[in-house]
Amino acid sequence: MKAIICSLCYVIFAPLIGGLLDGLDRKISARMQGRVGPPLLQPFYDLNKLHNKQLIAVSKSQTFLMISYLLMMILTGALFYAGYDILMCFFVMSTASTFLYFAAIVTGSPYSTIGASRELIQMMAYEPAVLLACVGFYLCMGTFDVAKIINSVVSPIVYLPGFFIAFVFILTIKLRKSPFDISTSHHAHQELIKGLTTEFGAKNLALFQLTEWYEVTFLCGVVGLFIINSNPISIIGAIAVVFVVWFLEILIDNCSARVKFDLMLKISWIVTLLSAGVNLLILMINR
Amino acid sequence: MSMVKKSPWVLHYDGSSCNGCDIEVLACLTPVYDAERFGIINTGDPMQADILLLTGGINSQNQAVVKQLYDQMPRPKVVVAIGVCACTGGVFKECYNIIGGADTTVPVDIYVPGCAARPQAIIDGIVQAIDLFQKRSDEHELLMKNKGKKADLKTKENNNSSDKGNEA
Ligand code: SF4
Repeated sequence: MKAIICSLCYVIFAPLIGGLLDGLDRKISARMQGRVGPPLLQPFYDLNKLHNKQLIAVSKSQTFLMISYLLMMILTGALFYAGYDILMCFFVMSTASTFLYFAAIVTGSPYSTIGASRELIQMMAYEPAVLLACVGFYLCMGTFDVAKIINSVVSPIVYLPGFFIAFVFILTIKLRKSPFDISTSHHAHQELIKGLTTEFGAKNLALFQLTEWYEVTFLCGVVGLFIINSNPISIIGAIAVVFVVWFLEILIDNCSARVKFDLMLKISWIVTLLSAGVNLLILMINR
Repeated sequence: MSMVKKSPWVLHYDGSSCNGCDIEVLACLTPVYDAERFGIINTGDPMQADILLLTGGINSQNQAVVKQLYDQMPRPKVVVAIGVCACTGGVFKECYNIIGGADTTVPVDIYVPGCAARPQAIIDGIVQAIDLFQKRSDEHELLMKNKGKKADLKTKENNNSSDKGNEA
């Protein structure tokens, strides 16, 4: 019962939380650049406008693919917040990304095709860290179930600091932030027009944004999972850590330039190997 | 009625301008003027844009490009000509390759004069364009609603839905 309520809450409130975080992001970014910035609710205004525009799509299947992407992402988060297997969640999330990839290449536009292939490279860059994080949770908690992980006596981060660093690092890729926003940027301009989303207009772009918000809320949940333990006070700690990580991402976004894909792949794998890999070794030895 | 005017996304195309107006357009996005506080985003993608900013005159080579950019923008949309060149052809008007102002190729709604147009004038032009965008959006919404109703009636009257009811 509790599981159902939690996942229902996610389905209803995730867009709100994601949208507000997005608005906060734009506001803080603007302040970092010495600007006033858009209102906090700007992402919702954008979504509303996109919903009211005429839909021009080169291929009709694009809308279907985008809806599948959205539904898969909702499923990911719902499974996570219901306390199911975390490994399963990440597999469903990868499936969702595949739908996004197809929605981009189905148009045949050179920009979105390049963006889509870069998205695949991004997946290659972040997948190891994500999977290792799951392994880490299993090694220290003896289970993949989120419901059991949050009931541990000590916070998982005590055993998994390296995994946490690797996960926060690849979060930059997942959130499409500089320096790793190579497939499509969170911001308006980039060298590939809008990369992956070049051919998404009107409702399809709205679906994309909505899915991003679900995804952000899910990822924040995973960050929180590192902190949470059986003590209810740890929830406050988890929320605080999520905000610190979010602020850090904005800071990195605003003071770095986009890198090439090979550099991204190298850096993210090296960081994953060094922090998560070493952490894994220590866990294995101490078992 | 929905408030679309809070989120006008802009597409900027440089015709055959001297780059003076383009620099002023970009200046609008700098911290001094900060157009983003109105929700304005300078996007490079016609499929996601609402307002088309044209600078510089139309020449025989970019005419097709401007036309295509305009066609790729989903309705409702507004076109703003910035600088005297885009309004009439300006100082380049007599050149052999210049066809004229932006209105020789696409329907221009708002003209922002000046050489170069100042950021204040450009923002004023865009703000007017935003109101027009809202008006068009309301009309578009009404049109779509009525079209939906008509389509409903049609399908009820004769059950063969041969009419595809494609994009408006
Ligand atoms: S109006 Fe003046 S500044 Fe603007 S493009 Fe024409 S010549 Fe250049």
